[in-house]
Amino acid sequence: MTYVKPISTLWWLRRPSYFLFALRELSSVFVAWFVVYLLMLVSAISAGPEAYHRFLDWSTGRVLVLNVVALLFVLLHAVTWFNLAPRAMVVPHVPPVVVLVLHYLLWLGLSAALAWVVLR
Amino acid sequence: MADTITMQVARYRPGQEAEPVFQSYDVPLRKEWAVLDGLNHIKDHVDGTLSYRWSCRMGICGSCGMTVNGSPVLSCATFLTDYAPGPVRVEPLRNFPVVRDLVVDIGDFMAKLPSVKPWLIRDDEPPEGEYLQTPDELDDYKKFSMCINCMLCYSACPVYALDPAFVGPAAIALAQRYNLDSRDEGAADRRDVLSSAEGVWACTFVGECSTACPKGVDPAGAIQRYKLTAATHALKDFLLPRGAR
Amino acid sequence: MRRRSPEPLVWLLFSAGGMAAALSVPVLLFLFGVAIPLGWLPRPDHAHLLTVLRSPITKLVLFGLCVLALFHWAHRFRYTLYDGLRLKKLSGLIIVFCYGGALAGSAVAGYVLLRA
Ligand code: SF4
Ligand code: FES
Repeated sequence: MTYVKPISTLWWLRRPSYFLFALRELSSVFVAWFVVYLLMLVSAISAGPEAYHRFLDWSTGRVLVLNVVALLFVLLHAVTWFNLAPRAMVVPHVPPVVVLVLHYLLWLGLSAALAWVVLR
Repeated sequence: MADTITMQVARYRPGQEAEPVFQSYDVPLRKEWAVLDGLNHIKDHVDGTLSYRWSCRMGICGSCGMTVNGSPVLSCATFLTDYAPGPVRVEPLRNFPVVRDLVVDIGDFMAKLPSVKPWLIRDDEPPEGEYLQTPDELDDYKKFSMCINCMLCYSACPVYALDPAFVGPAAIALAQRYNLDSRDEGAADRRDVLSSAEGVWACTFVGECSTACPKGVDPAGAIQRYKLTAATHALKDFLLPRGAR
Repeated sequence: MRRRSPEPLVWLLFSAGGMAAALSVPVLLFLFGVAIPLGWLPRPDHAHLLTVLRSPITKLVLFGLCVLALFHWAHRFRYTLYDGLRLKKLSGLIIVFCYGGALAGSAVAGYVLLRA
């Protein structure tokens, strides 16, 4: 005659760390949204200058709000991803901090490179 | 500092209560008293019917795990003063059936441990004397060998809460303790259990097991590392023709 | 005796996608989704972007990013539905929705990028 505590569907509200986990998992939805947005941008660019400028005009207002939220989630994804990386990826004879720092350096470098390609 | 603190202890007496109720006790608040000392005080001086498990009082036997103010901890290694002025809420470990008061049924965990074959597996005859190992080779798995089977990690894990079939943090970390041991050759024997749907793939890297672990075992890390190993194996199986494996 | 489960392969896609997304999505989303529409940065010249876009390397990289990011979403969202909403009973439906969605999205991405 044991007692088993029932689990609520909202279990991820019970502890702050669970809630952060839920947010981290939700970030995937915004990664998917980014793909949609990117593909719309690509078709706008390939459709010519007017379409491209129309797309950027459309990207203000409500879409901008969505993108800001998406950016926050994607940043959460990036930070949690890199922070967990050294624990999943154990390189012999390389201390975990080094693996961590290398991830952040790679992130920085790649971001700078992409920005340069776009804004050049 | 006040000289007493209130402990709200979950009581579950089968036949008497359908579900746990809280009972409050005032216990002396002493600098050197752990939550377990508070419970011992209650048991010895106030209410002898209170049931809970403990043994070593020094964080090594792993039997005194409880939920204190919502977090899974070793009650012998958690001080009452950290919760002053109180109250301190003491509940049984979550995710396990409660037998009575703070005592949970550990049968499921006990059945899972041997399922990962936690012993050295060798094909050859044992040597005269012992298998040799360098300090570096010891370091490869030492962290995973520190587990005291306290089950705090299971109690912290939402995946285990939702799916009790999940092999779980400590058992998988224990498997890795042997997989990463230079003297062991049993990784292939452990693969079926570990890379099943109830094995590493059920884990979503919540990471709470490693936060809860009082011994720094990092079961979440052990699971992620095994995912990488299992995925590499699967990729080989997928890409290489049968004969070449 | 050993069941061939696709779990390791979808997990690899999930991981590769997680890495690709973590490395490249924040900066791209910041530029095209926030900074440029807000006018914090000048709008890049259309001709310049078109040249960049028409390069086969760009197309390949963007296609890879889209496919991996979509499978990252599929895998993570599948478990979010399983655990967060406790819908594991509907696992069959969820698998079709998530990975099927990722496949369909990949096809769309391929089409859009080829045509660009
Ligand atoms: S891994 Fe840590 S938390 Fe889990 S049973 Fe072992 S010592 Fe306890
Ligand atoms: S009583 Fe042994 S670990 Fe707490």
